[in-house]
Order: sequence, then structure tokens, then C-alpha cells
Amino acid sequence: MEKLIKIMDTVRSGVDYMAHTALIDDGVLDSFDIVSLIAELSDAYDIQIPAEEIVPENFNSAALLQAMINRLADNP
Amino acid sequence: MTNILQYLERTAQIFPYKIAFTDGEYGMTFSRLHENARAVGSFLLGRDISGPVAVYMERGADMVSAFFGVLYGGGFYVPVDDEMPAPRVKMIMDGLRPAAVICSEKTVDRAGELNLSASVYTYGEIARCQADEVLLAEARKNAADSDPAYVVFTSGSTGAPKGVIASHRAVISYTEGLADVLRTSEDTVFGSQTPLYVDACLKELMLTIKHGASTYFIPKSLFMFPVRLVEYLNRHKINTVCWVSSCLSIISGMGALNNHVPETLTTVAFGSELLPRRHFDKWREALPAASFINLYGPTEATGMSCFYEVGELEPDEPIPIGRAFPNTRVILLDGEKLVTEPDEPGEICVGGSRLALGYYNDFDKTSRSFIQNPLNKAFPELIYRTGDLGRYNKRGELVYVSRADSQIKHMGHRIELMEIEAAACLCQGVAQACCLQDDKNGGIVMFYAGDSDEGAVTDFLRGTLPRWMVPSKISRLSKLPYTDNMKVDRQKLKTII
Repeated sequence: MEKLIKIMDTVRSGVDYMAHTALIDDGVLDSFDIVSLIAELSDAYDIQIPAEEIVPENFNSAALLQAMINRLADNP
Repeated sequence: MTNILQYLERTAQIFPYKIAFTDGEYGMTFSRLHENARAVGSFLLGRDISGPVAVYMERGADMVSAFFGVLYGGGFYVPVDDEMPAPRVKMIMDGLRPAAVICSEKTVDRAGELNLSASVYTYGEIARCQADEVLLAEARKNAADSDPAYVVFTSGSTGAPKGVIASHRAVISYTEGLADVLRTSEDTVFGSQTPLYVDACLKELMLTIKHGASTYFIPKSLFMFPVRLVEYLNRHKINTVCWVSSCLSIISGMGALNNHVPETLTTVAFGSELLPRRHFDKWREALPAASFINLYGPTEATGMSCFYEVGELEPDEPIPIGRAFPNTRVILLDGEKLVTEPDEPGEICVGGSRLALGYYNDFDKTSRSFIQNPLNKAFPELIYRTGDLGRYNKRGELVYVSRADSQIKHMGHRIELMEIEAAACLCQGVAQACCLQDDKNGGIVMFYAGDSDEGAVTDFLRGTLPRWMVPSKISRLSKLPYTDNMKVDRQKLKTII
């Protein structure tokens, strides 16, 4: 999770990612952030994030993102 | 036709109960749009408010009816982005000195904090006003088609945004030309991506009231989630989109088109920046029967000036911008010389009755940008020098080449990099700043020298500039590199992005 938080920090700093659970619903992350985040995650974890996974339900918290990353890394 | 409102009046009679503008949940019929606009206009006329009226509201049907309301009042509307940081809103208002500000319930408190000299009203209170037939008729009698219809603010290189003024005549000419180019009708259902504070939104606004078509304002958040976006398009049977190229690229780039096709789309217009061929090819593969139309034009020539309906292209050939719109003159100039040969670069210059009236409250800048056509020695004829370089291809179609200065396009927004640099230098602990566009992904990168750390500079810029102008990468250097003639060495900085 530490690695993920670090990446999220470079995309958008000043957010308590360990605690926040409504990053999209509260408008903390915007479309610029999501586009950068997808590019950074794909590189850092060597994963392909399919369009079907790019939904608010996967981006609302660091924990949800981590779960998505694990899922994609296990079943490439 | 001499006044934009004539479109609305005709359509409100033919299609009174059809939904004109909606976000999918809250919508407004043509009849309601017309009534509310007349109420707003009557309110303004009753208080003798004329000239520029700022409309500081959230994107949606109410904001559109406020625009037309201002026109009924005989003035011209100035849309202000409701998400823009307060200092920039203040800067725009100070340059504009509006006669009044129309707010929503959400923006009215923020407007109050700006200490404006203008009166501030909420749309909700004035749209319920009784229409005053006598005042409305009188205002129309005094109108001319050369009167301003709106002023929109665009990035300015000196650090202050500049207001581009368009006349009723220019907007009407654009509307008629665009209807031909896009082949729109009353059956057109637009899915609008465009914010209402840029001239790009005229496409949906004007064609909807011209034909009695419909516009869905697509919620901005859907552009982050492409599958949801395609579902939205399909659910509302949207058949026409006019989007900035970067929105098309996001959808195809995230791989959404593989399994999710916007089945009802028949017309896809795009523009404002280059659409890379690999993205275009994915779109055409997904929608083989649709028309794809590339649009090009500076705000200073009211909407779009050139169009190209994509036909057969060589595998790696860039998509041309094609030829001039009806009733628009587009020429390439090399200095004062006309360029006609293929592949010779020249500056794209636009003339005709769709030229803007100039920059608001800025005669100097106006006379520098709108100049006498050097080919005409006999009588005054203005052209606008876009600062864009173009060339003709072998088929005689115009192709965009590059910018002649440091203006860029990013996510559909036109940005002067110097405006970001000027803003950064206002941050405590920033001695110098230089912005570049990353050729790889189009993002904005800023280098600066000073004591302040990167987080503090980012926070400062987020509080000062609109979101789309905030650099995606900000790096501190001990000092900026210089060229021999003491200019910041942009080429060198490019190598360390």
C-alpha cells in the first residue's frame, strides 16, 4: 500500500489517502488526476487497466485501488 | 435574420414542449427557455442595466436561459467559469466592469465576497419576473446585428485573460455555416462536453435553438469513466458530438471502444487540437458508418473557421483542417505575401463578417491582432492573424503545422504558457518560472527557481489558476538555464522533462 500511496501523492498531494474513502464522489480527484494515475499505475505495476475497471467504484479509496491492482496483477 | 433571439422565438413556437437543454435529469423546454429568458430580459430592462452582464453559474439549462435573457435585455452576456479560483474571477470582473452579475444559489455568496461594484442578482429570483412586452419590443427596435452578443475570456500572455467580443451577425453566420457542415436538423441530439464559458459551446447552443434539436450536458465526471460515458450516450440516444480531440483520445486510449460502442452516434466532430491518427483509427473502426469532421478555428473568428470531413487518408497522414467555412475567408500569409503552393508554410489568417469585434477594453491589443489585410491596398479590410502555421497538402486542403509562439492547447483549452509563468512568479519564493508542453502526452511542465518547495507552488497555482492551466509536473531547479542572448533556454529544459 505504501508504494501506491506514494504514486497517488505524486499525482495529487495533500490528501490523506489512508483515510479518504470518497475520492471520486467528493471530487478530490478530477479527470486530469485519473488520467495521470492510470498511466502511472500501468507503468509502476506493469498492468493493463481495462476500460471496464475504470469506474468510480475502483477509484474512491486507496484500498479499492490496491484491490484492483492485485486483481489485475494476478490475472493479467 | 439580424438577432440570435429570432431563432429561439421561431423554435419556441414550433416545438414549445420539446426538451431543449438537459443534463439527463433536469431539463428545460423551448417554451420555458423562452419565457425565462424574456423574464430575465425584462428585469434587466426595468433597471436600465445594459452592456456587459456577467453570468456566473453552473453549466446547465438555467445558465443558457440567462444568456438569452441578457440578450433580451439588450446587453451582452459574459460567461464566467463557476469553478475558477476567486482571484481570477476577480481579475476578469475588474477588466470587464460588468453592469450586473447573474448568479446561481451556489455562486451568489462567492460573488458577494469579490467586492464588485456591480449589482449581483440570483437567476432564481429574476427568472420569475413578469415579462414586459413594451420594454422588450423597444429593446429589439434599438438593436443592430453588429451589437455584441457575448464576450468570452481566453488566456492572455501578459497574465491577464482577454475578452473576445462576438456580434449577433457573427454568431448567426457561424450557426448557418455550421448547420451545413454538420448537416444538423430537429432530429439532432447533441451530447455536449463543452463548458459554457468558451465559444465552443455555441455549436450545441445555437444549433439546438435554430432547429429545435436537443442538447444533453454530459456531466464532466463521466469523462473520467469511459464505459459509463458510452452507456450515457447510448441511454440518451445521442447522435452528434462536438468534442475536443483529447476527450476522444481518452476514451479510445483507455480501451473503452473495444467492447462498448456508442451505437447511436452518426456525427463525430472534433477539434481544438490534433487528434492522433491511432486514436482516430480506433474511432473509425468502432463507428464505420459515422461522419467524422475535424474543426479548426480561433475564438477571434467566432467558433470554427475551417472544416474537413475525413475521407481516405494515407496510413500516417495527419488529419487536415480542410477548407474555410461558408462565408469565411481563410488565407495563408508569409509576412505580407500570399502562400498558395503546396507544403509552403504560412500563418493562418481569417477574415469575413465572423471576425470578433475585438478585445474588450483593450484597443491596443485589438489593433495589434486584427490588422489590415496586406493584400488589400484599396479599402479597409480586417483579418485576424491566428499565430498558427499551416500549409496546403497535395489535394489543396489546409493542414495545421504548429504554433508560431508559446501558446498551447491542452485538454481543449487555449493557454498562453506565459500566463502560467506570470501567475507562478506571484507566488512567494518563486523567482523565475518557465513552462513547456510535454510533447509525449501534452501535459504542462513547469520549472522554477526559488526558495519555495514544489508542494507549496502547486497549492498556490491551484488557488490561482483554472484547473486546466495548473502544470501536471512542477520541478524546482537551482537556477534556470539560459541561452547566449540571455533568454531562458527552453530547448535545454525540454531535454530534462
